[in-house]
Amino acid sequence: MLGKLNWSAIPIDQPIPMITSAVVALGILGILAWVVLAGHLPYLWREWITSVDHKRIGVMYTLLAMVMLLRGFADAIMMRGQQALALHSNGYLPPEHFNQIFSAHGTIMIFFVAMPFVIGLMNLVVPLQLGVRDVAFPTLNSVGFWLTATGALLVNISLVIGEFARTGWLPYPPLSELTYSPGVGVDYYLWSLEISGVGTLVAGINLVTTVLKLRTKGMSLLRMPMFCWTTLASNLLIVAAFPILTATLAMLILDRYFGFHFFTNEAGGNMMMFMNLIWAWGHPEVYILVLPAFGVFSEVVSTFSGKPLFGYRSMVLATMAICVISFMVWLHHFFTMGAGPDVNAIFGIASMIIAVPTGVKIYNWLFTMYGGRVRFETPMLWSIGFMVTFIIGGLTGVLVAVPPADFLLHNSLFLVAHFHNVIIGGVLFGAFAGYTYWFPKAFGFRLHEGFGKAAFWFWLIGFYVAFMPLYAVGMLGMTRRMQHYDVPEWRPWLILAAFGAVLILTGIVFQIVQFVVSIRHRDELRDRTGDPWHGRSLEWATASPPPVFNFAITPDVRGEDAYWAMKQHARQQDVEKAEPDYEDIEMPRNSPTGFVCAFFATVMGFALIWHIWWMVAAGLVGAFATFVAFAWRDHDEYVIPAAEVARIDRANLAERRALLGTAGSA
Amino acid sequence: MTDATLAYAQSDPHHVRAVEHSGPASKRIVTAYGFWIFILSDMVMFSAFFAAYAVLLGQTAGGPSGGQLFDLSNVAIETGFLLASSFACGLAMIAADARNSFWFQIGMAVTCLLGLAFLTIEGREFASLVARGAGPTRSAFLSAFFTLVGCHGLHVSAGILWLLTMMAQVFAKGFRADIQRRLLCFALFWHALDIIWIAVFTVVYLLGSAA
Amino acid sequence: MTNGRQEIDHHIDIAPGDEHLEGGIRERVLGYLTGLGLAILLTATSFFVAGTDLVWQPSIPVALVVLAIAQMGVHLVFFLHITTGADNTNNVLALAFGVLIVMLVIGGSLWIMANLNHNMMPMDQLMRMQR
Repeated sequence: MLGKLNWSAIPIDQPIPMITSAVVALGILGILAWVVLAGHLPYLWREWITSVDHKRIGVMYTLLAMVMLLRGFADAIMMRGQQALALHSNGYLPPEHFNQIFSAHGTIMIFFVAMPFVIGLMNLVVPLQLGVRDVAFPTLNSVGFWLTATGALLVNISLVIGEFARTGWLPYPPLSELTYSPGVGVDYYLWSLEISGVGTLVAGINLVTTVLKLRTKGMSLLRMPMFCWTTLASNLLIVAAFPILTATLAMLILDRYFGFHFFTNEAGGNMMMFMNLIWAWGHPEVYILVLPAFGVFSEVVSTFSGKPLFGYRSMVLATMAICVISFMVWLHHFFTMGAGPDVNAIFGIASMIIAVPTGVKIYNWLFTMYGGRVRFETPMLWSIGFMVTFIIGGLTGVLVAVPPADFLLHNSLFLVAHFHNVIIGGVLFGAFAGYTYWFPKAFGFRLHEGFGKAAFWFWLIGFYVAFMPLYAVGMLGMTRRMQHYDVPEWRPWLILAAFGAVLILTGIVFQIVQFVVSIRHRDELRDRTGDPWHGRSLEWATASPPPVFNFAITPDVRGEDAYWAMKQHARQQDVEKAEPDYEDIEMPRNSPTGFVCAFFATVMGFALIWHIWWMVAAGLVGAFATFVAFAWRDHDEYVIPAAEVARIDRANLAERRALLGTAGSA
Repeated sequence: MTDATLAYAQSDPHHVRAVEHSGPASKRIVTAYGFWIFILSDMVMFSAFFAAYAVLLGQTAGGPSGGQLFDLSNVAIETGFLLASSFACGLAMIAADARNSFWFQIGMAVTCLLGLAFLTIEGREFASLVARGAGPTRSAFLSAFFTLVGCHGLHVSAGILWLLTMMAQVFAKGFRADIQRRLLCFALFWHALDIIWIAVFTVVYLLGSAA
Repeated sequence: MTNGRQEIDHHIDIAPGDEHLEGGIRERVLGYLTGLGLAILLTATSFFVAGTDLVWQPSIPVALVVLAIAQMGVHLVFFLHITTGADNTNNVLALAFGVLIVMLVIGGSLWIMANLNHNMMPMDQLMRMQR
């Protein structure tokens, strides 16, 4: 009746997951209770859960990422603790548990922190920067978000019902085959990622179409802000790479569920093919993550230097070059698997070549700062921290791109240090810069600057203290993922690394405090003009937060840095603007499709994991019915009358004019 | 942010086109282009299955190989049915553009029947292979074969479900603009499936038998 | 998200799958018939080439691939209306990107796996080969 599911699935004999689950469950119940009892549920349902507004969806993506960052970081600090203790000892985490922790850590950080973070920022910002009202497919956008949330939910359910994979964040066969992983752990991983993979693909299609087909009048491709170019490149990679992940995980699912022989030891299976295909996805994936971060830095550095981005065209070329070359380097993740010197050499050279366009970008950012009036507010601090940190990580990357060197360093902690160096220094710092930079746009008030700076310094110093020792200990021969070891030379480094993790924890605490304090003091931190940073691109031309339709009249653009030019022109001409001709605006209706779809996806995913076949069928029928019901709508848009548009716009403009007038030079 | 304010002349060193970008594209273009991108992503997914098939081609684990299993006359009939269904789909789209409900429903019904015929033959082939002990669990080659061809068949099945839904929609609501857009997407999907079938029957069946 | 008007941009861009409607129904049906005829011809040739002894055997794989590409081309032009016109540039570019990725995945995988299989052949297979 319930497949493989029974009471023994709950790990009552393991204190850590039980206590964690209890605390989390209490927390969730508490929040739910508060929401319902304080009467916020209708508001939440109407304004957020069923919203198809890209700004709301972007915020929800980002929120998901931040919450999952806490879970992923908890895994990290547990690992650092274990490794600091476990010299000639078993530490406090038995191997079965430790293996689940490092697998969950990687899976969560890549798929449910980094991906949603960058997708959230792109969703929030890109339509505003392009001067349009929403993305190409708003309801599909909602579906994509909720499917991603489903994946995150399934991974977290594995903590309390069943177990997670013990294979690492990429489940290499034959370990991940049914013979050697008979439990549900790998199945949790597989279905969670297949479902959220659909969500990511949907986001990719949405953003590619938005950038290529939905730009305001006059905004040719070469007048787009740099963030939109990196969005285009990143989402082209999503569309090109995620299908490979879907197919490869599907093959593993077929092996596990139906006894197929893609990657098995017997009947001709080829497990090396799994590594080949999964990394053909895996390498573009890291560029999917880092390209939007590069875009954030382009925006932040030019805004906080008060100068247009240096070398716009070379930036575009570099971005698209990275996009294409990133599909030609994937073998460097398995140099040691035995393809031979010819193959290794070609992919090694390609991996070094891809560092060149990134170098071009760094120089362009530096030249943007040169001669500008640099303001060192928190987003700029993150950018400078990124530049130093990412260069180090990139250099170690070029080092491991040399096949003979990689034969010594592969799967050591040197490698672990390298990829954390570039992902934290690149993607995470970019995400932090991005959310600090665009928070006022999304919510109408700035984040507290002092706590922002404190968070930055603790993160930066903490990162170096946590990860530089890992380079050292990797050079000393330590392999990754070790639950215990017996080499005394390693221990001091690992203790230092654990201390670094505590510094990062302090940084995270400051980030949380920053949110709490900023919300409490939001009136003092209010952004009334919509342009708190003296921005250059069109999102700063709207109010903070923007009205649902973004722009009352979609702008007509004549060059790069469209908004900067508008401000200069307005100041020069001192034009008393004639009131524009407001028109009715059609906006897409909210829809529960995304949420309902995700509900059925969760049901199906859980049922597939536990082999509850009738529930799978029910979920499928429900999902199909949802599609048909959605397709049967007669009214998918609603009209905002011109008078209402006028009222909102007039209020925003009046506030902006008043503040800019009294403030003098904006 | 009005036209009046923005009507300034600003020299633009990156002025590339003589014609200014005219603004967001129409809904029809946006919808169809987005679906086109989806189809390309689907092609990449099929390419992963093709790659696996090509790698595992020789891994018959002592069991039967393609040459011993494939019946090319069956495949020829399947191909004919699918090709004809693509043609019928095209005619149905012409009828839809002309807003001719009768010919549209006929065209779609023919498309559906031909698609179902294709699936029936394929299903029979799979069943007979399994009955002969050449099912997907026999060897890596057969796993890859069943997955690649079966994935295509699943897409055709999903397409037929979609087709029936579209027939019902047009019957209930006529040729509304959004329904027309969905029909365009369906046509893209159905023709793309035939393109993938060309790759399948060439690489799997014809090359597999000639080897 | 429009101001209520449905615009059709004939000149700059066309939706993939759409064709210019100046033809009228007869011309359009003729287009599909031509496509069908060409496709039938090419498909029949493929099946023939695969089974016959009249063709130089080593050339068969190449011939089949060429015929398959031709058939795909017929579908793209006659059924999907993907042309080389200026209004189709975006659609062709997207297709070209997709084809590039497909070739990298398949070609790259074949090359890598061939090398891996050769270098990492299990000992018993190696011994069997040497007997």
